[in-house]
Amino acid sequence: MENEPMSIEVARVSKKFGAFPALDDVSLKLETGELVALLGPSGSGKTTLLRLIGGLEQQESGRIFFDGADAANISIRERQAGFVFQHYALFRHMSVLKNVAFGLSVRPRAKRPPRAEIERRARELLKLVQLEGVERRLPAQLSGGQRQRVALARALAIEPRVLLLDEPFGALDAKVRKELRRWLRKLHDTLRITTVFVTHDQEEALEIADRVVVMNQGRIEQIGAPREVYDHPASAFVCRFIGNVNEVGAAFIRPHDVEITSRRNGAPSLDAVVEFVNTAGAVAKMDLRLEGSGELLEAELPRSREAELALKPGDRAFVKFRDVRTFPS
Amino acid sequence: MRKKEVLPGFGLSLGYTIFYLSLIVLLPLSAAFFKAGELTWPRFLAAVTSPRVLASFRLSFGAALGAALLNAVFGLLVAWVLVRYRFFGKRLVDALVDLPFALPTSVAGIALTAVYARNGWIGRLLEPHGIKVAFTPLGVMVALTFIGLPFVVRTVQPILEDLDADFERAAATLGASRWQTFVRVIFPEIAPALLTGFALAFARGLGEYGSVVFISGNMPMRTEIIPLLIITKLEQYDYRGATAIAVAMLAASLALLLLINTLQRWTAARSAA
Repeated sequence: MENEPMSIEVARVSKKFGAFPALDDVSLKLETGELVALLGPSGSGKTTLLRLIGGLEQQESGRIFFDGADAANISIRERQAGFVFQHYALFRHMSVLKNVAFGLSVRPRAKRPPRAEIERRARELLKLVQLEGVERRLPAQLSGGQRQRVALARALAIEPRVLLLDEPFGALDAKVRKELRRWLRKLHDTLRITTVFVTHDQEEALEIADRVVVMNQGRIEQIGAPREVYDHPASAFVCRFIGNVNEVGAAFIRPHDVEITSRRNGAPSLDAVVEFVNTAGAVAKMDLRLEGSGELLEAELPRSREAELALKPGDRAFVKFRDVRTFPS
Repeated sequence: MRKKEVLPGFGLSLGYTIFYLSLIVLLPLSAAFFKAGELTWPRFLAAVTSPRVLASFRLSFGAALGAALLNAVFGLLVAWVLVRYRFFGKRLVDALVDLPFALPTSVAGIALTAVYARNGWIGRLLEPHGIKVAFTPLGVMVALTFIGLPFVVRTVQPILEDLDADFERAAATLGASRWQTFVRVIFPEIAPALLTGFALAFARGLGEYGSVVFISGNMPMRTEIIPLLIITKLEQYDYRGATAIAVAMLAASLALLLLINTLQRWTAARSAA
């Protein structure tokens, strides 16, 4: 079965750009049909890893396997890896329909479907990405979100066994981003193609990925389900990078794990002074300055609780922590 | 319909543009038309359709066209190499491209003649195969190719530099071969610039005089280009005959350049981003 989605294994792969180690001994296994996010700050190697899987770059050492076969022997043309580029790289002089049909129309004659069949499949894909009626337009005449979906339809036309997306929502404004990422998740649930996407936005990764691969300085810090990565970060880096966190001495505390009382109630607590209160939002946010160490603490609490406390900037408060994490340095 | 522009003074700048073009381009050209107007229509026709004139028209337009086509192909190649590869001496090669601009054309003509003459470096090698370059129409084309090279390279180069490599990568991931990628993805992107370069090289070839007169041998009916024929007529004090040929050449050149410009605009509109 040539077009079944495939599993991908990255085994001890390293890659340098000059003296800069972009990837340092990275190993990773992607299961068939998974939606995986490569998450990390810029320079963490996430895009390099994606390009290696797609065959756009070559690693210096280590190997990549597609369903157990060494990818070094599979050329970029034969890889059937649908790649969606960060800026889409749509062919500017071709209509939307021609762009989507490109992968089918460049097949060797023996494997190329007839012209009418190519057009039918391209239209079908445009329907799948909800872009009917723009077939004749040029990419320049589309909005960012539409271009993104054309790029996706174009990549899907080659019946990819793996879909690779480089910052798929990076160039879009916040509202479109949110809509498109939910839509992508739904599309993935229908198609079940093994999909890897690169992002620096932790919210994006946590919301739609089955598993998140957190990367930093060319290494993988942690691999896990979104909740696992959030609740049980494997390192100080992951804890800092995913969600907000307070650092008090060597301890890491999530803002929602900070408990605030206006009176000392016998339990051990730290003295603090309220600096800032923001109640515009789903939860109330409060900044507190710890007495003694002078460290600033961010807290999140239900708005009902905030109303009960009725604390104003300058008021004295007492804090304790529901959950504290420490990492070996 | 006039819109508010960032820079004021549309009227002034347009007026200046028209005045400038009139003074520099149109005035001298119209003088040629007036001079030719002294001829009656039958005599004008006779002057521009004599066998010798027609032969030189064929040579000038044919050689300029051939040279421009050759430059379009190989100039594109040179531009590609200069943009895509890093190699030792690249800056020198890049500078060499401009040399035909800087060199006095007569120097180019003498040098080319020396190289392509029967006992020259290249002429000696071609002679046994029955290929003669110097003092033949082929020699005219060689000179015009030399003169026109920078136009194609310098118009295509910046476009290639700006061309995102992701276009090629995208084509490759979609299964396109290198040839398919070039023909269907890269070429349409650079076609408008290539056409511009082609038009410039062609126009330059039509008007070129200095480098050609040495290598062509200037034999009437065989290797005589239009600019030379005009000079010859002038030297014989046949001012009307000379301007008649000039006017015919102007009209033909203008028509061809308009055609190429239209084609260029059409391809540019198709690939507009």
